[in-house]
This record gives sequence, C-alpha cells and structure tokens, in this order.
Amino acid sequence: MTTQYFGQRIKRNEDPRLLTGGGTFVDDVTLPDLLHAAVLRSPHAHARVRRVDTAGAEALPGVVAVYTHGDLPPSLQEPLPRLIPHPALVHHKTQYALARDKVRHVGEPVAFVVAASRYVAEDALDLIEVEYDPLPAVVTLEQAVRPGAPLVHEDAGTNVCAHYTQRVGNVDEALARAAHVFTERFVIDRGTAAPMECRGVVAQWDPRLRQLVVWDSTQAPIPIRNGLARLLGLAQGGVRVIAPDIGGGFGPKIMMFYPEEVLVPYAAMQLSRPVKWIEDRRENFAAMNHEREQIHDAAIAVDRDGRILAVRTAFLYDSGAYIPYGLTVPIVASTTLPGPYKIPNYHCEFRAVFTNKTIVSPYRGAGRPHGVFVMERLMDRVAAELGIDRVELRRRNLIQPHEFPYDVGLIYQDNAPLIYDSGNYPATLEAALQKISYEHWPQERARYRAQHRHVGLGVACYVEGSGIGPYEGCRVTVEPSGKVYAATSVGTQGQGHFTSFAQIIADALTVRVEDVIVITGDSGAFGWGTGTFASRAAVVAGSAAHLAAQAVREKTLLVAATKLEARPDDLVLEHGRVSVRGAPGKSMTLAEVAVAANPLRGTIPKEWEQPGLEASRYFAPPRGTFPNGVHAAIVEVDIETGMLKILRYVVVHDCGRVINPMILDGQIRGGVAQGLGGTFYEKLVYDESGQLLTQTFMDYLLPTTMEVPEIEVDHLETPSPLNPLGVKGAGEAGVIPVPALMAQALDDALSELGIRITEMPLSPNRLLEMIREARAQAPSPHPGPLPQGEG
Amino acid sequence: MKPAPFQYAAPESVEETVALLHAHGTEGKLLAGGQSLVPLLNMRLARPSVIIDLNRVRTLDYIREENGEIAIGAMTRQRTAERSPVVTRRLPLLADALPLVGHLQIRTRGTVGGNIAHADPSAELPAVLAALEGSVVVRGPGGTRRVAAHAFFVSYLTTALGPDELLLEVRFPAHEHQGSAFLEVARRHGDYALVGVGAVVTMAGNVCQRARLAFTGVGPVPVRIPDAEAVVTGKMVTDGVLAELGKLVTHMIDPTGDIHASAEYRKEVAGVLARRAIRAAAERARMKQMRMR
Repeated sequence: MTTQYFGQRIKRNEDPRLLTGGGTFVDDVTLPDLLHAAVLRSPHAHARVRRVDTAGAEALPGVVAVYTHGDLPPSLQEPLPRLIPHPALVHHKTQYALARDKVRHVGEPVAFVVAASRYVAEDALDLIEVEYDPLPAVVTLEQAVRPGAPLVHEDAGTNVCAHYTQRVGNVDEALARAAHVFTERFVIDRGTAAPMECRGVVAQWDPRLRQLVVWDSTQAPIPIRNGLARLLGLAQGGVRVIAPDIGGGFGPKIMMFYPEEVLVPYAAMQLSRPVKWIEDRRENFAAMNHEREQIHDAAIAVDRDGRILAVRTAFLYDSGAYIPYGLTVPIVASTTLPGPYKIPNYHCEFRAVFTNKTIVSPYRGAGRPHGVFVMERLMDRVAAELGIDRVELRRRNLIQPHEFPYDVGLIYQDNAPLIYDSGNYPATLEAALQKISYEHWPQERARYRAQHRHVGLGVACYVEGSGIGPYEGCRVTVEPSGKVYAATSVGTQGQGHFTSFAQIIADALTVRVEDVIVITGDSGAFGWGTGTFASRAAVVAGSAAHLAAQAVREKTLLVAATKLEARPDDLVLEHGRVSVRGAPGKSMTLAEVAVAANPLRGTIPKEWEQPGLEASRYFAPPRGTFPNGVHAAIVEVDIETGMLKILRYVVVHDCGRVINPMILDGQIRGGVAQGLGGTFYEKLVYDESGQLLTQTFMDYLLPTTMEVPEIEVDHLETPSPLNPLGVKGAGEAGVIPVPALMAQALDDALSELGIRITEMPLSPNRLLEMIREARAQAPSPHPGPLPQGEG
Repeated sequence: MKPAPFQYAAPESVEETVALLHAHGTEGKLLAGGQSLVPLLNMRLARPSVIIDLNRVRTLDYIREENGEIAIGAMTRQRTAERSPVVTRRLPLLADALPLVGHLQIRTRGTVGGNIAHADPSAELPAVLAALEGSVVVRGPGGTRRVAAHAFFVSYLTTALGPDELLLEVRFPAHEHQGSAFLEVARRHGDYALVGVGAVVTMAGNVCQRARLAFTGVGPVPVRIPDAEAVVTGKMVTDGVLAELGKLVTHMIDPTGDIHASAEYRKEVAGVLARRAIRAAAERARMKQMRMR
C-alpha cells in the first residue's frame, strides 16, 4: 500500500463546512408543517401516578395532540426494548415510553405534547394535571441494598438486579499467604456527559410511500431503524434513520430507545405531520443517561518485593431506575481494573443496583476510569506502605513485551476472552517518565517545599479495551466524476471520520483526500451496522473502509486491463490514473475507468462480477484490541483554599498505527478535559428525596479552556495484529486514568499531611475539609507562612 | 426552556420607562443585559407579565468623572467599563473585579446597572460598591434620589428600589491614591464567587490609616465587618496583624452553605482572602507612595 495520507497530520475535510455554519444538526432540520413536541416529566423521584388529566392542555389553542401511556398503541405500552441481555442480569427492567402507573426518577416522561410551537407546547405542559402519590425514594447505593429498603421495582423483590463474579486463580489462598495485604474503600460519584448538543429527534411520515424518515442525534442509527420498524410495524426498508452532524455523543447517545425516539416518530405517523423534539439543557440533565457512580471495597496482596499476588474488588454499581443497556459498565470496570499488571489471582464481583435516579449507561470511559482508579490507588498504597518508589513498583509488575498476546483470564464486554493483543508497557511508562522528568522530581519537589508550595507529581498507567465487534461495513464507489464516495453506517459525533476514513481510502485509490466524500450514519446510504461506541469506529469501520477500497482498487485494475488491453499485473495506479508499466502513453483516469465499468450498451465481462467501481466490505474482529497509555502530571494545591492548579500534563499513548496524529491529539486532549471534569468539577448532586439539584451549567460545572491546562501528547505505535490497518481505538484514552493520576499527584502534594485520596470527584470544599481534618489529627509543624501577594 | 407568555415594551427614554414601571407595578420587569433575567425567564422561574426592555434608552450609557466620583450609567456594558481608561486609572478596585464577572461574552451584554440592581449576593460589583462606600442614583415618579450602597442592598436579590423606580447610575468614589485588591475563589474562572472580597486601604508610610473590606458570597448582601477593619486600622500590616484579621473574619462571618461550598469553607476562606487582599492592597498603596515621591 502506498501510504501517502495514512499517518499524516492533515486538516479535516469536514472543518470548512462545520466552521462556516454548514453543518446539519437535528435542530437544523426544518420541514413544512413542522410541529413541536415537549415532554412532561416527573417532578418526583418515586411516586404512583394516580391520574393524568390532559383536558386543560388539549384545550389550549395551538395544541395538536397530548399523549399519555394509555393513548399509545400496544407495542408502545410495553416496556421499551432490552438491549444487551446477560445471564447474571435477572431483573432486566426497562422504562416505558410514558410512565404507566409509577414514576421512578425525576425526569421520567409522563406525557407528550405536540403543538404548533415549542412555546405553546411548554405552555401546555403547565396545564396538565397529574395526581401523584409520592413514595419513599431510594437515593444512595448503600440505602438501596439495605434490608427493608423501598423497592424501585416491587415485582423484582429486591433492588439488586444482577450479581456477577469473575475469578482468576485463587484469591483467598493468595491473600492468606501474602506478606502484605491492604484494603481500601473507593467511592466514585455521579456525572453526566453533557454533550454540547442535547438529544433531538425529527420525524417525517410519508403515507403515500409508507416511508418514515427520522433524524436522530444518536450514535446508533441502524439499530434505531431496526427497532423502530418493529415497534411501529413497518418494513426496515420503510424507515430511514439519519444521524446527521452530532454535537457530541460520548456514550449516552448509544443508548436506545430513549422514550422520545419512539414518541416523535409515532406522533408524526399518527398526525401525518412532521414533528420535532429538541431536548433542552434542563431536560438533558435529568433525562439523558448518567454515569460513574460506584463503590468499591478492594484489597491487594503483594510479596515482600511488592510483586502482586492477588487483587480483589467487590463493588456496587448504581444502574439508576432501569437497566436497559445491561451490565456493560460494571463489566468494563471489572475487566479494565487489572490494567498493564500481571495479577495471578483476581476476584471481582459486583452487584448492580436500582435507585430512584436517572438511568446509567456508558459514558466515555464506561467503567474504565473506575477500574483504573481502584487499581492505581491500590498500587500507590502498596508503594507508600512498603517504601518502594511508585514507579519502581509498577515496573516490577508490568506485563513484558514478549508476553503478548497476554490472556488476562477474564471475559470482556464483547463476551470474548480478555486477551491483550499487543503493546509495550515498559516503553510507554519510560517515555512518560522522561517527558515529565521524573528522575529530577525529588530535587524539584524539594525546591517547591522550600518555597512552601504544595506541589505533587502523579503517574498513572492504564490499558483500554477498544475496537470490539460484532462488525461494521463500508461501501466505496468511484463515480464517473472521479470522486470517491464512501458510505458507512457508524454515526460520527466529531471524531473526524470524514477525514480519517478518507485517508484510508485515498491511499488505496491514490486520489486526493478531499476527493473522498464520506457519508456516515444514514441508514438510507448504508443499512448494516451497530454503532459508534467502545472506541471502535476507526478499528472496525476503518478496516471495512480499507477492505472495500482495496476491492475497488482491484476492480479498477481489472476494468482498466480490459480497456487498455494489458494484464492487471502490468498496470500501475498512481495519482488517480491507471497506466501500463513501460507504456506511459497508455493510461486512463479513475473517472474514465468508472465510466467504462458501467457501459450503457454492450456487455460486461464475467470476471467484473458487477457493474461499476464499487464494493462493500465488512470487518468483524475476533475480539477487542487493547491500546495502553501513561499519563503524568504536576499539580499544585493552595492548602488554604483547596484550589488546584495543574502545572504540567503529559500523555504518552499507544493505540497502534496512527491514521491522523492531529485528530488523535484532539481526541486525547478532549478526553483529558472530560477526565479533569470528573475529577474536580462535575458532580450530579441529589438530595435525600431524590431531587436532582444540579440541572444547569451554573451548578454542574464543566471545565472550560481556563481550567484545562496545556496537554503534551506523544504516541508510540505498537500495531494491532487483529486488523489490516494495525490500528487500535483512541476515543476514551484521554479520560481513563485522570482520576487515578490526580489522586496520586494530590497525595504527593499533600504527603506531609498524610492525605490519601479515595474518592472522586473532589472539590475545593472537599479538599479543604480533608486538609483541615488532617491538620487536626496531626498538627503540622507550621501551616506555612502567609502566601505572598494575591495567592 | 421557553419563557411563559409576556408583553414586551421597548421605551426610548427614562421618562417613558418610569411611566411604564408606574403603570405595571410589580408585574413589570426591566431587561438590561439579560444575563440573569433571560435564563430565569426561560426556566420559567420568573414570569413577569411585562418585560420593559431598556436597550433602546440611549442616555444611560456613559462614564463620567464628577467631584471625585465616577458615575457609570446603568446601561453601560460591563465590558465597556472594563476597557475604560477612567476606570483603570481612577477605580482600580472595580478594574480588578470586572474581569471576574462571568466571561467576556457575558460582560459584553451584561450592564453595570443590571448587575447592581439584580443584587446577587455572590456577584462582584455589589461588593466593590460596598467596599468603596459608593451609591446609586434612582428615578421614580416622584423624582430622583440617591441611595448609599449599605442602604441599597437589602437582602438576597432585593434592593431599596421601589417597583416603579429605575436605577439611573452607579457612583463609585475614585480611589487612585489608595491601595486596593479584589480577590475571589470561584470553582471556575467566571463563576460566581464562593467567597470574594474587595479591600481598600489608605496607608501612611507603613501604617494603615483606614481599611475597608466587603465580602461577596457570604451573606444576603455584601458583607462589611467593622471589627475586622478595626484590626488593621492604625497598625503596620504585619503577618501577626493579618493572622488576627483572618481569624476574626472567619469567626464573625456567617455564611450559608450550598452544593458548591459549605458554610465552614466560606468562613475559613473568607479569612484567608481578607488577609491576602489587605496584604496586596497595602503593598499596592506602598508602591503608589513610592512612585509619588
């Protein structure tokens, strides 16, 4: 393969369009006679719904329809589909499109109004009367598993919907004979993805064509199409789902079905008028799925030299009020935990628990940050207790380059064995240490201490599962214009697919990258696929694009061989032109070959198989591929205010071969920013009655450019043997080790106070509280002189 | 997040505005920069029946120097004030605080008068006005009156403005010869302060002749603590004096907690910031004295 574009730091094909306002997001879709919908949501965390009176709303001028549970057809009165079943998930409860007799979290849809404008629709919501009988709410994980706790689902008889254990070796025996065993409880609180674009759906029904077109801000357009066809009694070919430009997905938009995703299409069909629903930010906080909340009780056993003998964790996973998406997050947390270390004995078990809070499903990281937090914190504990340098401890336990493929002994989220395909963990660690000058840190640290500054360094390692199956596909077509069109069903939410896929295809066909037009996320353009999740698009759809482009390349040579009366072996394809080796005058452009491949009259040779320069190919990886990385940072704490400043942030990352380093850097930096959010800023707060107190960006704090430091990124490239491109996923890498890294850096900065971080996220308030407690316990010799000037 | 129905009026003069206020009473709500009101409307937390939009009242956009005071017209954008050489030179405390008000985009719409009249107890400008012992000029049907800062801020989001009164201008005493500093701790840059403090000191050599401190984020209105100011008055600004000041502030201040910070946090950090602000203000005053010599 000529590698002209692959690996190049080239600008993105899509940016001129997006930067000049040429993008089409769901809210940009306007249609004649468009109606607007609004959703009445439960103000209670847990209540019986006695009566819903919609008469007042229906009487309001401009209101076209008001739906409650009883108004829906039988297929939409059932609980919405279960997505990913698992034998351990014994109570696979899913939500209703509209609440039937009970609401189980604040924000659960109760009624659906369709009106001439969103203003009128919201006015109508005020006029719907709902009689609720509030029930005691189950808010915290500990509360939910307590005997006698109120039940989120009475018929389940328990709030625990799954209890699942995976084991490697014999942990009990290892714990019993180990030189040292340390135990710790780790708590990680709730967060949300907060994409810049909230959710949104527009649906248009054409009764003559019996064709439903749905624009949906989803990461999974094809499964949405397939599900809608079934729920609405239509042929799959009669439903076209378009995931247009999407202002960020980050995981929650892979969830389906959200109630609005069936209500909007249903209303459009029933009313024979297009309907739009755009989620506003306040709705998004309560109605789009959340993530993160887990409580781990973990233990690590090591020998005298700090070699790991065993790790055990038992954790509670908060699924929220329903569990449509299944056990992905806790399974990913369990299987990410071992990381780059050799752990001969491992036991992980979790209980997935219902609470009266918003549903939880994967969000960038999807349990990985939790696993890494637990493992890295345990390693730091061992280092501190045994007096071994934290980096040396890690070196002693890393899987070595010659040990790949490395079988961890667990089953991953794709139900395939967890086998690390390739990597060089020691090299990644050493590169990061060099970049942050770890060698000089002791002197550096001493210098800061002499200035009475509390500065700490952190180093955290992780392995990320990515690129799982089952499959994706791509169709590549050379049109008579010479332009290359590529269609794949994976939706794109800003990852640069219009460029990275184009790079892969441009190389195969030797065309300019801007002449490759990529179409994503439109079931009308490509109808097979599963979606954009688990850092898989580049690996799975990228490989499919590569295979399809190679097939078109072969077909090009075949057709040109006929036309140029040469053998395919004697042909060269360069700069979009096929020529005969040694006969420079005999050549055809790709455009000419495309025309020749689709003649209007005459015959086509049997070996062409089909007309045109077009091929569809699928790629189905045997199992996931595993990138890895090390982040390092230097952090300063103002111990009088609990405020933090990140002085340096370094990433060394290995995701196999890199398609476009600029796009990759952006992925990493964005991930780190979200990781920092989950470390210091972002926290969803519920009160004891299950009210969500953080429903605006004034209360739920996203880090901004002012808070995110410069992030220095380097890449190593250990190719994956599992796909033709040698690539691994990169979508979640940035976010994964941030909490673990920051905790270690803070421990270092505050080591004189003996503070050990075991919870996330933190806040200045919480940090100052810890500092205050630490000082009260062991009064430090001096609190430091007063800081100079404006601290 | 669409507002409930309302009527909209766009007066072009102060007189017209006052007449509209008089006609609609508590049902009318003034719209200045809209940075606080519009979110409240969209979340339907505020449902006035009439919005009176001040953006066509051109006469309220000015910065004037008058008798040792700087009068800033109520509709002057915060960004305009921030970029004003008069503010930079003569109102260094305000110049310090303005960049902390939201973000550039917010300050470009948000007005000085709107910020003062909204009287958010976590906002920066009310604390600046209180620390400087400034005042506001208001107009009602009965004419114009002047209200001192301490009398103007009544409680949480509540001022001495009558329902039919319009804030015309905010008057900040010039303090270019004094030392000042505005410090705050906010979760992120541009957020409302968890705790903030404006400090103004008059120095004679190394001795502090007069000190004023006004805190934001720690009470229903900008908080002054005369006992704390007395701690530094007539003394050299030493570590010992500052430590005493910090302790006293922490002891005397009585904030409430919220999801971002507890009352304890605010008490403790108010003491820290008071110390740091007085130190910085004193340092600046000394620098000015040195330059003047």
